[in-house]
Amino acid sequence: MAQRYEIRFSGAGGQGLITAGIILAEAASIIEGRHAVQSQSYGPEARGGASKSEVIIGDGPIDYPKATIVDACLAMTQEAADKYANGIKSGGLLLVDSDFVKNPPQGDYKIYDIPIMRTAKVEVGREIVANVIALGAMIAMTDIVKRESGEQAVLAKVPEAFKDLNKKAYNLGFEKAKEILGK
Amino acid sequence: MAKKIALLQGNEACAQGALYAGCNFFGGYPITPSTEVAEVMAGELPKVGGKFIQMEDEIGAMASVIGAALAGSKALTATSGPGASLKQELIGYACIAEVPCVIVNVMRGGPSTGMPTGPGQSDVMQARWGTHGDHAAIALCPSSCQEIFSETVRAFNLAEKYRMPVQVLFDEIVGHMRERIEFPEPGELEVINRAKPSVTPEQYKPYDTSFGNVPPLAAYGSEYRFHVTGLNKAEDGFPTTKASLVDAEERRQIFKVECDEARADVESNEEYLTEDAEVIIFAYGSTSRSARYAVNELRSQGVKAGLFRPITLWPFPEKRVAQLGEQAKGMVVAEMNLGQMVFEVERIVKNTCKLGRVNRVDGEPINPTEIMNQVKEVL
Repeated sequence: MAQRYEIRFSGAGGQGLITAGIILAEAASIIEGRHAVQSQSYGPEARGGASKSEVIIGDGPIDYPKATIVDACLAMTQEAADKYANGIKSGGLLLVDSDFVKNPPQGDYKIYDIPIMRTAKVEVGREIVANVIALGAMIAMTDIVKRESGEQAVLAKVPEAFKDLNKKAYNLGFEKAKEILGK
Repeated sequence: MAKKIALLQGNEACAQGALYAGCNFFGGYPITPSTEVAEVMAGELPKVGGKFIQMEDEIGAMASVIGAALAGSKALTATSGPGASLKQELIGYACIAEVPCVIVNVMRGGPSTGMPTGPGQSDVMQARWGTHGDHAAIALCPSSCQEIFSETVRAFNLAEKYRMPVQVLFDEIVGHMRERIEFPEPGELEVINRAKPSVTPEQYKPYDTSFGNVPPLAAYGSEYRFHVTGLNKAEDGFPTTKASLVDAEERRQIFKVECDEARADVESNEEYLTEDAEVIIFAYGSTSRSARYAVNELRSQGVKAGLFRPITLWPFPEKRVAQLGEQAKGMVVAEMNLGQMVFEVERIVKNTCKLGRVNRVDGEPINPTEIMNQVKEVL
């Protein structure tokens, strides 16, 4: 059976987490030529409320397209953490936005925190790139795709005028996560 | 040259498949979870000289598809849930008038509005019997984004070849998930175009069976003038109540799809580890992906499980299911409804093996564990 690696991005609807999932799936399947399936929770409450996007990555065809045991989970808000930070595998990881998730659900996995929204606002100057910072951080923490593949996929997704902004956001997220892991 | 690849949603892959097949008309009315099919067609059809029209409702949409198809277009509509219900009467019209067209149904639950954003597989019997009266049906049920592309192409081919409406059913899960697609090169997948009449306009009859069970269809509005009706008709297309003609017409329209030759052409199944299987999981669409996962898990536990996945749901793969029923100790039918295809399986396997089922209608996919538990029940 093909190995599968499961990543879940969760947060408030409109934060761009579905886009983050799509970019990760593109990095894995288009740029690196591996297998990936991306799906999302999809409901009338999709804007505001909690939303999630899941990416399954494997070296062979992926059968069941939804998460079974999550290897790595991102939660940008407390509501998303309460609703979606579950089913995380023993030894897996949960990354939360430290300003918004005050009580991350505890379990047999590592919990890391980064002030993602604040980094977007203060260090990049645009809150809208928080999802790209989060993506960079998740790739750094999981090594599931190469750093360059993630960057390439981000840049392929955004209009010319926003390439520098997103490149900065992606690498900032990546560096911050590596810094935390190095501690 | 390297092939074009992209990460596409199932719905987007469906639209791309339709374009590959030469679809040049889309008539629709947006409805979740099928809307992206219309969205892509609205953007792409004008670029290739095709027509896109959003009608006042699903009934009008289906009527526009029939009109366009009769006039010579390869026509498509896409819908979901109550939209599929609204189209049923006109699907019957396309059956009796023998109009080639493709109807995509991205399945959610129901009845009525149900849960618009949740997945379902509860329209599989509607695809067979949704319109009233005796009629044949072809329904295809892909389970991946790449297969949605190729099965949409095949749906157009079958519609043109058998001169009838063909339905493509996939559930919201595959409709909305994204996977890598390799775009086939032109010519790589077969594309069948409509047979043209070989006689002059004066000699032409739209239902002339001397040309076989599927008489050639001329383009309505061309120099070939003919009558089209939803009434039982004679070979010239005009209504008839003559018993022998009505009987022969009705039987031919079923026979053209259900004769052995047509079945062999239309049926398509995938089997996974069925050769020595003691228990067969019968599953289609996204549920078959859970079933495949379950088969692998069960095999690693020493259980001889296999997957039978009908890609063509209708006509039902009677012969092969009967054989598997003889071979296996048990069969498990997993579907996101409260039991529909299981009745077909039951009708075919009779009492040759134990039958189990896994059903779910809460908007969540059937997971592999549920299937594995049921497999252990029937062994």
